[in-house]
Amino acid sequence: MKSKYWYDYLWIWSIVYFSLGFFNILFAWLGMIDFFVPIIIAVFAGNKWFCNRLCGRGQLFSKLGGALKFFGNRQAPRWLVSKWFRYGFLAFFLAMFLNMIFQTYLVASKARTLNEAIKLFWTFEVPWRWTYKAGTVPDWIAQFSFGFYGLMLTSMLIGLVVMVLYKPRTWCVFCPMGTMTQSICKLKHRSNLNKK
Amino acid sequence: MSPKKYASVDRSRCASCGECTRVCPKGAINVFYGCFAAVNIENCIGCGKCARACPAGCIKVNSFR
Repeated sequence: MKSKYWYDYLWIWSIVYFSLGFFNILFAWLGMIDFFVPIIIAVFAGNKWFCNRLCGRGQLFSKLGGALKFFGNRQAPRWLVSKWFRYGFLAFFLAMFLNMIFQTYLVASKARTLNEAIKLFWTFEVPWRWTYKAGTVPDWIAQFSFGFYGLMLTSMLIGLVVMVLYKPRTWCVFCPMGTMTQSICKLKHRSNLNKK
Repeated sequence: MSPKKYASVDRSRCASCGECTRVCPKGAINVFYGCFAAVNIENCIGCGKCARACPAGCIKVNSFR
């Protein structure tokens, strides 16, 4: 049996993150760690060490998917793991992220009021007001929290659905962060890749 | 004697998620600079665990002829 390292337990972080956001939405900001660390590692170290070792979400899918083996271990359809879908989903996800930043800007500039709800699947508005007491922080900080938590929860739910339907870490194939960091690595090592 | 089996990766489809590296009992597969998985054929025993685990379905087990 392979020995365990501290980072093998980061799946707990994923559970803690979503639990904290259920009680206080401001904890959603902690998700920025999962956003910046993979990019920093890819840019400076030129690898996907975050995806390969540190991603708590991926570990959680492995654990849950392994435990729920009775759902089968089917291969995802080819279109879902194709390059077109991966890069298309990355573009869509980035567009939605920019939209969320724009909504935060509108609240910061007082063009609209704080919306104490999260949007699931970019469509369904779910009231989430028990997680925030108005006036605790500037409205734009709270707005970003609601927007970011909605994005994180949506991607988690998509990941769980494909985990149940297909192999445990199917989400990792089209995870926007994974696609982005792989692209950074390919750009960084393009001279090595040509030699290989 | 049965022919030696080994895994091979379709690099163009690999998402370099690293799932194969976690299940390989021989440590014969690595993620090459975050770009794609690469198999060390000398260490690979062709057990197929990586192929079964790969969510992108880009690993195959081949035999030497």
